[in-house]
Amino acid sequence: MNWQALSLALFGESHAITRTGDVIYGTAQLGPALTIAVVGTADHAAIGVETALAQARFVLDTVASHPGRPILLLVDTQGQRLRRRDELLGLNRYMAHLGCCVDLARRSGHRIVGLVYDQALSGGFITSGLMADACYAVPEAEIRVMRIPAMSRVTKISEDLLQALSLTNPVFAPGVANYVAMGGIQALWSGDLKQGLLDALAAPNTVDTRATLGAERGGRALAASVIQQVLAA
Amino acid sequence: MNPHLSFAELNARERVTQLLDPDSFCEILGPAARTVSPHLALLGVPYAFDDGVVIGSGLLQGHPVLIAAQEGRFMGGGVGEVHGAKLVGILQRALQVRPAAVLVLAESGGVRLHEANAGLIAVSEVMRAVLDVRAAGIPVVMLIGGANGCFGGMGLIARCADHVVMSDQARMSMSGPEVIESSHGVEEFDSRDRALVWRTTGGKHRFLMGDCDWLVEDDLEAFRGLAIELLGQSKVLTLQSLLEEQQMLTDRIVEVGECDEAIEIWRRLGVQSPDQVAGMDVEQLRVLMASRAEANS
Repeated sequence: MNWQALSLALFGESHAITRTGDVIYGTAQLGPALTIAVVGTADHAAIGVETALAQARFVLDTVASHPGRPILLLVDTQGQRLRRRDELLGLNRYMAHLGCCVDLARRSGHRIVGLVYDQALSGGFITSGLMADACYAVPEAEIRVMRIPAMSRVTKISEDLLQALSLTNPVFAPGVANYVAMGGIQALWSGDLKQGLLDALAAPNTVDTRATLGAERGGRALAASVIQQVLAA
Repeated sequence: MNPHLSFAELNARERVTQLLDPDSFCEILGPAARTVSPHLALLGVPYAFDDGVVIGSGLLQGHPVLIAAQEGRFMGGGVGEVHGAKLVGILQRALQVRPAAVLVLAESGGVRLHEANAGLIAVSEVMRAVLDVRAAGIPVVMLIGGANGCFGGMGLIARCADHVVMSDQARMSMSGPEVIESSHGVEEFDSRDRALVWRTTGGKHRFLMGDCDWLVEDDLEAFRGLAIELLGQSKVLTLQSLLEEQQMLTDRIVEVGECDEAIEIWRRLGVQSPDQVAGMDVEQLRVLMASRAEANS
């Protein structure tokens, strides 16, 4: 889905979301008295220093000028930008800064909803959608770190074995359902996207419950219990 | 105390026991607990009884601290489900016991590919846990000195901490040189050009850019000394501090965003003899940074 179609599906004509480069941002009306700030990337953007910084700017401006206004983080990314120049400039610091801004917004009382509306590959959404109170996805979204053939080449494990295991174990294979099972994606929004957003905003969620969700759903059997064991030791 | 112990040459457990006060380390979910990754076993890959990360509590100059150390010799320190959960657990424990600091001896290539989805989610969980600890006024200190560097998701986690300490041999960045080379070719980034790799991702560059706060020799005592200095030194994030970070990062792109090479960046930053930085020792670099800070004030 492209960002225009998504904006239309979420907000009808009641939005002023625009695009500058790879970054989309603006505000939308969810009701007569409910404005939401929207920021993200479009067209499978590679997350470089500028892309991360522009999103951080918008989040900080929202915190500074519109206390409490909910924020929707829209994810469509091919991953971090794989250029030497971005690494020279400290891409990890730029991306982490975005994550810190999202975290500050939450602590300042903003509800933060993430939505993977197209692609979320590799590290591209760790510091945006995955730093939200909860991250959602549309059913046709594509989420992965690496495809199985590439993973087979790097790990030297046969493709057949990986394919077979991927049917029952969600921890490595591509697919949005795997991320739901592991608690990384809270839920899929199908049909009425606006209702999905309203429901997400209504669900208080400032504590990170993803490990527990992953255990309940059977996709991450161990993470929650390991955390508990460390706390109880 | 030992006259000189190379941080890089020690394994994770040795680093922890040498860094903390003698006999004070108390490991949580140590090898005897057999908290292994079930996913590696399924794939027929060797697993480790600690899943490649040592966590626990101890004393530093008599002050209680929590500590985590990644083992670079096991899967490059890669973050999987159990490994990541141990990091989250020790950070959340800090909120209960309020240590004088949480020390993270980071050495990792990032997400462990064999359990990549779990690792990716875990990295964001660790980030949130680090920021919770920071917000509680407990300093999180990253100590980076292992041969495998601090890459990918671990590079993101490092930059969420209060303080980043690197040795001049250490490396930190988002994507590793091999990944960039395989994506955009050897002309973009020759991963076998060691000098180029160090200029781009190494401790000296990060120190000159301000991306690590402290630069030390590859000496365990130097890491310990700094960790002691940073006990209780919390830097709580505020709207004001993040606006300042935003401005600094914006200025950086304006000032050096067009540079193709670290040496050119250092020149523009005001380093007098940028082509000599590679041969300078840590003390010379500290003097250089101090004189720059003076010139800017």
